Amino acid sequence: MAKVIAIAERVRSSRRHRSIVVGAMLVLGFGVLTSVSAVPQPATDNPPPTLQDTGLYADFDTLQVNPGHLAFAPQYPLWSDGATKRRWISLPAGAAIDGSDPDAWVFPIGTRFWKEFSFNGQKVETRYLERKADGQWLYAAYAWNADGREAQLVPAKGKRGAYPLAGGRSHTIPGVTDCKACHQGGLSEVLGFSTLQLSPERDPRAVHAELRPEPGIDLRALVDRGLLVGLPQNLLDDPPRIMAATATERAALGYMHGNCGHCHNDRGSLQNIGLVLRQDVGSADQPAVASTVGQPVKKPAPGQSPDAVLRVEPGHADRSGLTQRVSSRYPALQMPPLGTELVDDEAVALLYRWIAEKGASAQQAHLDREGR
Amino acid sequence: MRRALPLMSMIALLVPGAVLAQDAAGAPVKRGEYLVSIAGCHDCHTPWMMGSAGPEPDMKRALSGHPQDLTITAPASVSPPWSGAMTPTSTGWSGPWGVSFSANLTPDPETGVLRDFTEQQFIQTMRTGRHQGQGRQILPPMPWPAYGKMTDDDLKAVFAYLRQVPPVKNKVPDPLPPKP
Repeated sequence: MAKVIAIAERVRSSRRHRSIVVGAMLVLGFGVLTSVSAVPQPATDNPPPTLQDTGLYADFDTLQVNPGHLAFAPQYPLWSDGATKRRWISLPAGAAIDGSDPDAWVFPIGTRFWKEFSFNGQKVETRYLERKADGQWLYAAYAWNADGREAQLVPAKGKRGAYPLAGGRSHTIPGVTDCKACHQGGLSEVLGFSTLQLSPERDPRAVHAELRPEPGIDLRALVDRGLLVGLPQNLLDDPPRIMAATATERAALGYMHGNCGHCHNDRGSLQNIGLVLRQDVGSADQPAVASTVGQPVKKPAPGQSPDAVLRVEPGHADRSGLTQRVSSRYPALQMPPLGTELVDDEAVALLYRWIAEKGASAQQAHLDREGR
Repeated sequence: MRRALPLMSMIALLVPGAVLAQDAAGAPVKRGEYLVSIAGCHDCHTPWMMGSAGPEPDMKRALSGHPQDLTITAPASVSPPWSGAMTPTSTGWSGPWGVSFSANLTPDPETGVLRDFTEQQFIQTMRTGRHQGQGRQILPPMPWPAYGKMTDDDLKAVFAYLRQVPPVKNKVPDPLPPKP
């Protein structure tokens, strides 16, 4: 690897030690770019070296999943460049999830989650979460070999080039730091297993919706099995659904809940941005609309078009900051900023329809006010 | 005199305490100043100029990042074995990632990059290498993997120091993508 710099003429005449310092900075910078090394986070335990050792399978030779683990599917899945996913949860015997706060479930020590990613029928990686005795979550990812017979622990910094995608891009298995960037962005580190995501009142228009796998885990099933306690009764009697003016808006807000709300919420580190895309089931208002529609872009991202002065400009998705960022994969502009290399065209189309709707309703409201 | 004695005694007791409290309050800033001076922050975030004894940081523009009037429109063209280049100011860097410009770290309310950062976000940025801790990647040559190893107290001290340096209005340009 060439580790050199070109320096302008007058700097070239400077003292040698200055060049050495600057050269070292560029070398370091190039190293950062090529390795994207993650800062080691405090680990409570070392992850098992293989997926087999995590206990997902009853029989690894036949890849038979332990029947004690429960398969599930959130109603608003995260976009991962078209990966097909399978997910499981395992709770310790006799333990239950505390759902007293319906927006921040507390999982018992020993809870384990797995999420398997496949592209074109080929298993590529399986991510693993385990709640350790000290209450911390352990993060790990396992990369499958080409014949799908073995899955080894991925280094904490992640793995690039895990599977080729369109346009010369490739799937990246994220490092632990990037996992935590999203999973630690709100009240609960578990993102896809929650009151809204498991509501039996599933959104028929959810983008990339998946069928509920057997045994059909939802709120009622969890409560009936004694695996979820403390959930307010009204959420069982009247299962939660996103409050929205139209079916399109419901799906759009649901998509943003599942893909953006883990960072953009009013409880986590980014709350000062004032962009609330997470749907709290206990909320009486609709902050995802209030914090986007007609709201100014606070600080344009690099590469953002100057005509995007509003996060959502009703009737003008093309010049709305939100859609510009979701539609981009230029690293400085794209949203989400990690975990995806390809634009989710289906989601972009949905957001365009939603913003068009907001424009039409705003126009109608204007006409009504004018008495026409 | 006898009446004044209790008052003088009280003052004698209180004043050192007040001074100590003041020192304690200023300690993080002093610590931050020290850390910024030894960690090489000025190497990139303060524009360099040619002084009487060679290149030196222009401390009148301390920590204000790449000068807005130094326009760069494309990555540098270099031939192997060279892989990158920098501006004479040491604030613009061209490499395989495109062109990066060092940020304005001063507390200018319009152009300072940290104006929207909380202390927690600043710490997370150094830990994750991502804008505000969760956003876009920070570009090379920012050595966040090294700074991310600082303790929370050290990073808080750096943040405290940066929040009170003289503000410099300087809108740093956006990074440029690499050549296709």
